Amino acid sequence: MCLGVPMKILSRNGDSIIAEVDGVQKEASVMLLADDVAVGDYVIVHAGFAISRLDEAYAEETIRLMKEVFSPEDMQ
Amino acid sequence: MKFQDEFRDRNLVGIMADNIRRMALQLKQPVNFMEVCGTHTMSIYLYGIRSLLPDNVRLVSGPGCPVCVTPVGYLDKALVCAADSDTIVATFGDMLRVPGSESSLMEQRARGADIRIVYSPLDAVALAKDNPGKRIVFLGVGFETTAPTVAASILEAARLGLANYCVLAAHKTMPVPMEILTADPELNLRGYLCPAHVSTVIGGKAYQPLVEKYHIPCVVTGFEPADVMQGIEMLLAQVLAGESRVEIQYKRAVTWEGNPKAQAILERVFTPCDAVWRGLGVLPGSGLNIRKELAGFDAEQVLNLPMAEGSENPACRCGEVLKGKLAPFDCPLFAGVCTPESPVGACMVSSEGTCAAAYKYGR
Ligand code: SF4
Repeated sequence: MCLGVPMKILSRNGDSIIAEVDGVQKEASVMLLADDVAVGDYVIVHAGFAISRLDEAYAEETIRLMKEVFSPEDMQ
Repeated sequence: MKFQDEFRDRNLVGIMADNIRRMALQLKQPVNFMEVCGTHTMSIYLYGIRSLLPDNVRLVSGPGCPVCVTPVGYLDKALVCAADSDTIVATFGDMLRVPGSESSLMEQRARGADIRIVYSPLDAVALAKDNPGKRIVFLGVGFETTAPTVAASILEAARLGLANYCVLAAHKTMPVPMEILTADPELNLRGYLCPAHVSTVIGGKAYQPLVEKYHIPCVVTGFEPADVMQGIEMLLAQVLAGESRVEIQYKRAVTWEGNPKAQAILERVFTPCDAVWRGLGVLPGSGLNIRKELAGFDAEQVLNLPMAEGSENPACRCGEVLKGKLAPFDCPLFAGVCTPESPVGACMVSSEGTCAAAYKYGR
């Protein structure tokens, strides 16, 4: 029940959004987020609420760090 | 899928495993790291993370499955609510099979009780709106991730002026049990993979007191396999450097401050209280009570519920499993008598439960 899924916001009407993941659409509330969440943003949806906005720049940085720090060359 | 596939890359995970093994060579003694959250436990079994780690880096599962730590007495109260013919009990699906002292919600439902599974607490508010002649009791369990959604449902019911919606609340907060487990010499924990989605709400700062008091490394870690591997690597790096800090691996979703709006809503609806955790007992300040101003939405205040002690099946060793002291395989009932279809204890019910994850993926 604690599952949270990253979903993309397709539309927003007041506090209510339609978000999508893997072709599945769901309604959710953005009551728990700052007002500036917008269509196109990625959010984590848990129990019908968006609880966090996903930051694309940090996602890319994390992947980059994983690859950089852990590349085989580094280990010699 | 964006924000997931990249973090499931097998090659990447393999390279990280090599790196962890290389780092572990420098350890003077074995280390135990606890993954606190049930979703971590699930992911660690699903991706076979333990098999990628050297023998001297051990992962132990913590009390992070909300259904599992909910005491039997709570379930017995929910069953009392369900027995009333003017009541609809609304709940997240995984509460259904949890054994109470004498029966489960599933069994009650088979006998005709009106029990509805909802996806969102707002669905339960909608039930209240659509059924003015009935009382809706929503079973509010879960940690800081779920508690704000339930708080929001109460505020929504208040806004709509619904007098027939109430919550049987047993929400729990994370940092307190972590403190208890850190202080337990038998566990000898050297680091925490801190819960990912709980931390979206409470922020990395919530673990700072723990680090200051016990000098234990804390890394807020995401749920994908590469996230977990990186979290372990960051913990190892701290251990090897003799440091203890809060670090955030899961930066794409978690900030130091957390989610201020969710925190404000929590604060408006709930106030801290002592709470009973299955396996850990009563932990001071580890639960959330509905505030007096909102007593009309508090099932404990509105309904006349018995003080339920609750009796667990004495053969079930969930308590030790939840403290990380016993692996599910070492429980004599595991997989024979106790299965997800007919669970003896709560740890076998929810997919996040340690016993259920071990049953499904671990053999
Ligand atoms: S296997 Fe079943 S009986 Fe044993 S500890 Fe887990 S839930 Fe309890």
